[in-house]
Amino acid sequence: MAVMANTAATTPLAAPTKARRVSRPWGQWSLRAVALIYLSVMLLLPLAAVLNDGLSGGLSGLWADITRPAAWAALRLSLWTAAVMTVINTIMGVLTAYVLVRYKFPGRSFLNAIIDIPFAIPTLVAGLMLVVLYGPQTAVGGFLKQQFGWQIIFAPPGIILALLFVSFPFVVRTVQPVLMEIDTDQEDAAATLGASGWRTFRRVLFPAIAPAVISGALLSFARALGEFGSIIVVAGNFPLRSQTAAVYVLSQIESDNQRAASAVSIVLLTLAFSLVFVVDFIQRRQEHDA
Amino acid sequence: MHSPKGWLPKLLIAVVVAYLSILILLPIAAILQGAFARGVETFLNALSEPQVIAAFRLSVTLALVAVVVNAVFGTIIAWVMVRQDFWGKGFFNALIDLPFVVSPVITGYMVVLLFGRQGWFAPFVEATGLKVAFALPGMLLVTIFVSLPFTIREVMPVLREIGTEPEQAAHTLGAGGWRTFLRVTLPGIRWGLLYGISLTLARALGEFGGVLVAGGGISGQTETATLFIFAALDERQYIAAYAVAIVLAVVSFVVLIGMEILRQRSQVTQ
Repeated sequence: MAVMANTAATTPLAAPTKARRVSRPWGQWSLRAVALIYLSVMLLLPLAAVLNDGLSGGLSGLWADITRPAAWAALRLSLWTAAVMTVINTIMGVLTAYVLVRYKFPGRSFLNAIIDIPFAIPTLVAGLMLVVLYGPQTAVGGFLKQQFGWQIIFAPPGIILALLFVSFPFVVRTVQPVLMEIDTDQEDAAATLGASGWRTFRRVLFPAIAPAVISGALLSFARALGEFGSIIVVAGNFPLRSQTAAVYVLSQIESDNQRAASAVSIVLLTLAFSLVFVVDFIQRRQEHDA
Repeated sequence: MHSPKGWLPKLLIAVVVAYLSILILLPIAAILQGAFARGVETFLNALSEPQVIAAFRLSVTLALVAVVVNAVFGTIIAWVMVRQDFWGKGFFNALIDLPFVVSPVITGYMVVLLFGRQGWFAPFVEATGLKVAFALPGMLLVTIFVSLPFTIREVMPVLREIGTEPEQAAHTLGAGGWRTFLRVTLPGIRWGLLYGISLTLARALGEFGGVLVAGGGISGQTETATLFIFAALDERQYIAAYAVAIVLAVVSFVVLIGMEILRQRSQVTQ
């Protein structure tokens, strides 16, 4: 089930054969027209509507809407929680992929199967599960609060936990196939030559998996910036405290404050758009090198 | 691959197992325990409420329509992206991934902006009387949008692998475009297409933020299964919320795992 992470990762643009380019019957033209019109209407038109609405007060109006305290706080919260998640997710994702590819141990295929669970479980349900386990009134949540003073739910740790859950498969599933292709000979050779485990990883393994790791990490970061379903359950909707950017957009829509909603949407869309194109660029360069 | 020797591999495996338990397995156990805390009967009763059944029916309907639309357009788009070359192809190729990273809330908001009272299509809505925002058509648009990339991304690599030769051979033997597609292309991409459909189905069933904004979550009218969970939590009907959540998660998981098993079996027999 190499799903979302890979789908974006494996899209080289093979050039069509010459023969096709010469003959261009009307059927092909109309298929292309259908495809491009459909994509434009479904993807570009809605983007234009958000841009148009957010910019209706000019650039200074947009800036004023973004820098309102609640909007600014929500954007900052989304950015830093997504960044922390990305760091943890990248480390654990690479580690998990490595363990699954290189070691044989009882329960390995079970472990491999549960990695895709976050792709199957609706994110709202994911958030709900975390609240049931780590909420303040539960055994585990109560214990953590009493013993260590840690509040997880309705606080940033809960947001990070939810983001970790929903984006766990991204890094694992992009790195796993790359690791599988690398021969263990290279690692063994490095080890025979006296390189330590860490040095072998840094010099031999990491350069090979780096593009996949970076793509997976960026995709999970982009995905996390807009996450909503799990966050609304885990963090609630407290402005300035636990309100993420997506939740802020919802609350502005609900209070009929369209321009404020559009302004923060534009920031999120710009980030998402840029990250998707960066990942696309990394992938294409990798295809080109290979 | 080798069996672990020494303490380091064992430590790494232990770290991974502990991480996955804290993040995935324990929360699943907790919600199962919560749902069945008052016995199986309470769990089943919660699921047989008319409001719950209506919510599931709506979720399934939206997901099935999204599957059909995305399968048809997804196959066309995948074919055009793989078999044709044109200016701006790289841009469109990257654009396809956008729904993966756009916040669902913004997806729903786009429908409101386009079809709401002051929206670009407000005159169209007024002229035809077809309500889109805060109604089922808007929710359907959201569901199609969020699951748009799956079929395309699953079919594209398969089409590329098949190459153009089978299609050209059929063409040379006198088969028309439609017939070539039905007899040559479609059987070739069958597994990729089916897998894309199962991903579309799972994603569509779980959609929440977008349908919340575009549909408003009106009980009995625009309330999907996920929206029911959200409302039930608000009303502190925890057993009902947990029960619906578990059914949704199990259905999505079975769809994906089932398709994966089918695909692996087909690869073995080939």
